[in-house]
Amino acid sequence: MIDWLDQTLWMPFTDFGFMRRALIAGFALSISAGPVGVLLLLRRMSLMGDALSHAVLPGAAIGYLVAGLSLWAMGIGGLVAGLLVAMMAGFTSRRSRLREDASFAGFYLISLAGGVMIVSLRGSSIDLLHVLFGTILAIDANTLYLIAGISSVTLLVLAVIYRPLVMECFDPEFLRTVKGRGGWAHHAFLLLVVLNLIAGFQSLGTLMAVGMMMLPALVARLWTSALGSMMLLSVLVGCAASLIGLVVSFNAGVASGPAIVLSAGAFYLISLVISPGGLLGRQHR
Amino acid sequence: MSEALVTLDNLTVKRGGRAVLSGIHGCFERGSMTAIMGANGAGKSTLLKSVMGLLPSAQGRVIRTPHDLDIAYLPQQAAIDHSFPVSVGEVVAMGAWQRVGGFGALKQREWRRQVAEALARVGFDDISKRSIGALSTGQFQRVLFARLLLQNAEMVLLDEPFAGVDAATTRDLLALVCEWHQQGRTIVAVLHDINQVVRHFPATLLLAGRQIAWGNSEEVLSTEHLQQALGMSGSAEQSEGSRL
Ligand SMILES: Nc1ncnc2c1ncn2[C@@H]1O[C@H](COP(=O)(O)OP(=O)(O)OP(=O)(O)O)[C@@H](O)[C@H]1O
Ligand SMILES: [Mg+2]
Repeated sequence: MIDWLDQTLWMPFTDFGFMRRALIAGFALSISAGPVGVLLLLRRMSLMGDALSHAVLPGAAIGYLVAGLSLWAMGIGGLVAGLLVAMMAGFTSRRSRLREDASFAGFYLISLAGGVMIVSLRGSSIDLLHVLFGTILAIDANTLYLIAGISSVTLLVLAVIYRPLVMECFDPEFLRTVKGRGGWAHHAFLLLVVLNLIAGFQSLGTLMAVGMMMLPALVARLWTSALGSMMLLSVLVGCAASLIGLVVSFNAGVASGPAIVLSAGAFYLISLVISPGGLLGRQHR
Repeated sequence: MSEALVTLDNLTVKRGGRAVLSGIHGCFERGSMTAIMGANGAGKSTLLKSVMGLLPSAQGRVIRTPHDLDIAYLPQQAAIDHSFPVSVGEVVAMGAWQRVGGFGALKQREWRRQVAEALARVGFDDISKRSIGALSTGQFQRVLFARLLLQNAEMVLLDEPFAGVDAATTRDLLALVCEWHQQGRTIVAVLHDINQVVRHFPATLLLAGRQIAWGNSEEVLSTEHLQQALGMSGSAEQSEGSRL
């Protein structure tokens, strides 16, 4: 028994550098994507993360076409594309009849199709798979630095803008009447969302990255109703999902990105049933 | 002698392309206590929002003296998500925003004391740790009044502060409003209960998309004016002495 545990849980990480790096990348990602996801959730923007993750695609694809599998080219391309879509969606929702979610939908659908087309111009379907689903098992030291850097920056910025951000989210009208400006906090926050998606897509791919952002946040929301503990719990769930997902992926020989997100998904489904805020809980009634 | 805090200079406000408030002319003097009355859709909330600067004026002006006049505002329906994970104490502490800002430090003990004090004034024991989802409508309204207390503003605008609130809570909160008035603060409140207005509010502004009358409450709330405010139906008799 002990032997078996040792073989399945411990050995992959002691014997293989790529597994260690993948695990650390997963932890670093969880530490920042969890709190960001919690805030997205509370702003009722859960699906916005999804939209933004698609919006990143054409930028990353152009970066890939220009410079190949270059971390920086794809990262910067994705960042620019994501911010562009976020800004355009925000701008058009203020100036037209469409609400923000609707104009987001419009732009990200264009982005997604554009991204796939750009990849298909020159790349093979393997390239496409790489961009869409990432390669957490091929993370090198540089990628790790990038992810850890984004994670640290995210936590720092969140700590600084925390109060205006939460106020703007909770009662924006009040913030306006006391002449507080919440707009810039909102923009800084969208920047953090895009940055975390970039960090995520290096390891999990554009389609999976948002899973690590939202699923742990949903689990946390189901279990607690204090903001601080929600953020902490989302981090723990993300880390646990990374570990479990990697172990399963290694031992069962399945793709690591989906395995990690599915682990988080399992936490979500279980919580949905047994948590205080879930189906069997009574707190929400 | 008396000094105008907010002057409405022939104010017209458009919403959705339509003038919903036009030709409002008058002022709220320092230390005055004014009720705003009118039927649903008369433009009462629109007027408060204009005074707050939340809506642009299509014609005329809102003049605040001094320019950065400190005004606290309780909206008709605060767009607040009651399932949001914040505690009562945190909501009340938001009232200190203007003094503290987004980044300024609050001394833990100091703000705890202020929050507890404000909650006590609205009739609560220290419930600052409780989450807001656990409060009833009336209890939540008391919490919002506690936040107003912390704001400590010179002028207070209240949009139907007692809607959906029971008699006991209304009595307590109304007493608090009268106390603010005695402290020399300027009060403007949208209300529907004519008895309440006549008893507690020296001045009234009666609206029906335009200004029907503005001045001494008893004079403003004459049958003739009320008939105008309600439209031509002549049903003022029914509403007299009760609700508008
Ligand atoms: N967001 C909006 N867009 C367009 N028109 C609006 C909007 N809000 C209010 N109106 C219109 O403006 C007019 C005045 O609305 P307002 O909310 O000021 O009325 P009110 O006197 O506060 O009514 P109530 O007693 O129902 O609160 C109404 O005719 C309403 O249809
Ligand atoms: Mg109103």
